[in-house]
Amino acid sequence: MKQKMFFAGSGGQGTLAIGQMIAKAAMDEGKEVTWLPSYGPEMRGGTANCTVVVSDKPIACPLINEADLLVVMNLPSLLKFESLVAPGGLLIINSSLVPEKAKRDDIRVRYVPANDDAMALGNDKAANMVMLGAIIRETGIVEPDTVREEIRHMFSGRKEKFLPMNLSAFDLYLNK
Amino acid sequence: MSKVLMKGNEAFAEAAIRAGCKCYFGYPITPQNEIPEYMSHELPKAGGAFLQAESELAAVNMAFGAAASGGRVFISTSSPGLALMQEGLGFICSAECPVVVLNVSRGGPGVGGIQPGQADYIQVTRGGYNGDAKIPVLAPAGIQECVDLIYEAFDIADKYRNPVLIFADGMMGQMMEPVELPPARGITPPEKINETKPWAITGTAQHPGRNVVYSLRLEPDVLEKHVEHLFEKYDAAAKELVRYKSMNLDEAEIVFVAFGTMSRLCAEAIELLDAQGIKAGLIRPISLWPYPDAAFDEIGPKCKVVISTELNMGQMLTDVKAAVAGRWPVGLINRTGGIVPSSLEIVERAKKLLEGVK
Amino acid sequence: MKSVFEITKGMTPVDTSYCPGCSHGIAHRLIMEVLDERGELGNTIGVVPIGCSINAHHFMNVDMCESTHGRAPAIASGIRRVHPDKVVFTYQGDGDLASIGAGEILHAAHRGEKFTTFFINNAIYGMTGGQMAPTTLIGQRATTCVDGRTVEQAGLPLKMCEILAAVPCAVYVERVMLNNPANVRKAKKAVQTALDIQKAGLGFTFVEFLSACPTNWGLAPADALKWVETEMASYYPIGNFRKPEGY
Repeated sequence: MKQKMFFAGSGGQGTLAIGQMIAKAAMDEGKEVTWLPSYGPEMRGGTANCTVVVSDKPIACPLINEADLLVVMNLPSLLKFESLVAPGGLLIINSSLVPEKAKRDDIRVRYVPANDDAMALGNDKAANMVMLGAIIRETGIVEPDTVREEIRHMFSGRKEKFLPMNLSAFDLYLNK
Repeated sequence: MSKVLMKGNEAFAEAAIRAGCKCYFGYPITPQNEIPEYMSHELPKAGGAFLQAESELAAVNMAFGAAASGGRVFISTSSPGLALMQEGLGFICSAECPVVVLNVSRGGPGVGGIQPGQADYIQVTRGGYNGDAKIPVLAPAGIQECVDLIYEAFDIADKYRNPVLIFADGMMGQMMEPVELPPARGITPPEKINETKPWAITGTAQHPGRNVVYSLRLEPDVLEKHVEHLFEKYDAAAKELVRYKSMNLDEAEIVFVAFGTMSRLCAEAIELLDAQGIKAGLIRPISLWPYPDAAFDEIGPKCKVVISTELNMGQMLTDVKAAVAGRWPVGLINRTGGIVPSSLEIVERAKKLLEGVK
Repeated sequence: MKSVFEITKGMTPVDTSYCPGCSHGIAHRLIMEVLDERGELGNTIGVVPIGCSINAHHFMNVDMCESTHGRAPAIASGIRRVHPDKVVFTYQGDGDLASIGAGEILHAAHRGEKFTTFFINNAIYGMTGGQMAPTTLIGQRATTCVDGRTVEQAGLPLKMCEILAAVPCAVYVERVMLNNPANVRKAKKAVQTALDIQKAGLGFTFVEFLSACPTNWGLAPADALKWVETEMASYYPIGNFRKPEGY
């Protein structure tokens, strides 16, 4: 088993965090993982991308030529990275911010209105957690409970007041 | 021990703290800024001292002062910053002080760019410092290895009373991988420094005689003797510090030679070539000085071409050719400017090189 | 028999390598005498510069290290981090401190590093053979300005005490002159005060010594001492520029 994933959005959408949560959860489940962000000036307000590889075996290379899973959080990311998805791979689109449909017909596509869903729950900022739940449901890459642990860890201490909101955002698609 | 998922730069800093680092000196430069940031809040908690230097020139000299007076010292920078440190590093070699230096390298020349590069190969293996000196250079290919090498580098530096350089790149600094952190060794208190470093300048009340750490030797015969003494150490280091990993050398038609980030792309290229029925292997030098010439003796009879694979214009070729010693044709696959080639590009270029020698 | 004079234990029993009439010997002696009197010789770490006084570690009887050119304040900052309880000082000339090392001295002062810098200003590069320094006076001849320094060529000489006195964490800044016994005694007082303030941990301390370099000035030793007073002190006024309350 080797899963190559790519997450793309803009700074502030929590896109890198989605990748990190999956990488951490997979590590906690005993898998080999790598997480590689784009870095540099892009970090400051531009696009924010990361590559995550999860495997049963040691991972030769943290860079990927094609993605088994592509998650796009905004329109520029769809336009730029749709071609990265491997034939038969999965593309998940944040349809709240992406008004267009995917062009390819050799891949599976899911549309998740993550920002609208998060807004309905009370906070637009939890859109990435809505997306994270949807990813787990679609891929089964890690156990939901492992991710819930990560979320509890992430929203501890001063951030604890945001925990219930983020947990329910995460569970939205897992409970559907 | 459980693993933690850490960003490379933070893991490198934590490894230094656990190795008993007393002092960290650094100046902001991308892509290694997480190191001084991490050190600024974590090193004092461990009883060490963090100081943001006004320049890399100052940082390397602060490191010299701390090392000469017996503290374990860690400094980190990126390519142009290392160029600024070179005078100090040569001085530290001459004055025989242990310092661990991490270069999270980027593209060049000049300010260049901030994406991963290996264009410092010549800078780190040949120095930029003046005079007859050597600095052991270790090039990890992943975060765990980098952590382990930094931890060990403090012992190597102490043993040889010389700087030791770890050569990583921006990709390793920024990526996350699970890492098992080594146990914390604690910092030697100032009053105990001379027990293991009798030469350190700690004040004469603390040791017999008077200690002076110096470099100037105006009499040629005295200087020659000193350099010969340094080279006795370097000869010993050249035997003891050779490190490399290899794969598939017995069967390989194509042998890649690659270190750091490029070695990981080659490892994937080898899988892709194998799927096409082409056997390829890898020599991954971990020690860049001393260079692992011996690894090339393991290359099997099926080898048709040895390919140096680098993120620069071929700076390692000289070393590869010397180690190959005319036994096989030598090729080059490279990108520079911060571009990391895909494993597919490496496969295609390797096949062309193989065709060319058949 | 009553002893009326003793060489301080702060100096090693060897002849110095300095020229006749050079002020380094006096400055060395003052600093070491004060450290001896304070009982700090065994507790002191010094840093010598590039320049004539790179040899100072042969004469000063304490643990010392050499420095890359101009970087002694950075090196002392490193030593201070390992040894917060020791007495730490740098000893630097004007080429070393005011030219190539201008950045390091400024930032050591800026950080309020708790060590003392002794600055020997003789308005010329001594070791390399009499080239112009940032402190060389207008009209003064040097091997890189044989007709005398001009403002057009090299600007006006740098006044390091005045510059450092403008740095908030440089808590003690004083300029003294080594031209006659009375001023040498005043200079010793400045050394004492600087080391006391360092010991009290109040911040960065700096003593500048207007010094003679008869060899590179082309003057007899006695004339050189006169030149210190008439020429140097009129451009570089002696006195205190900054001190903490109570000192």
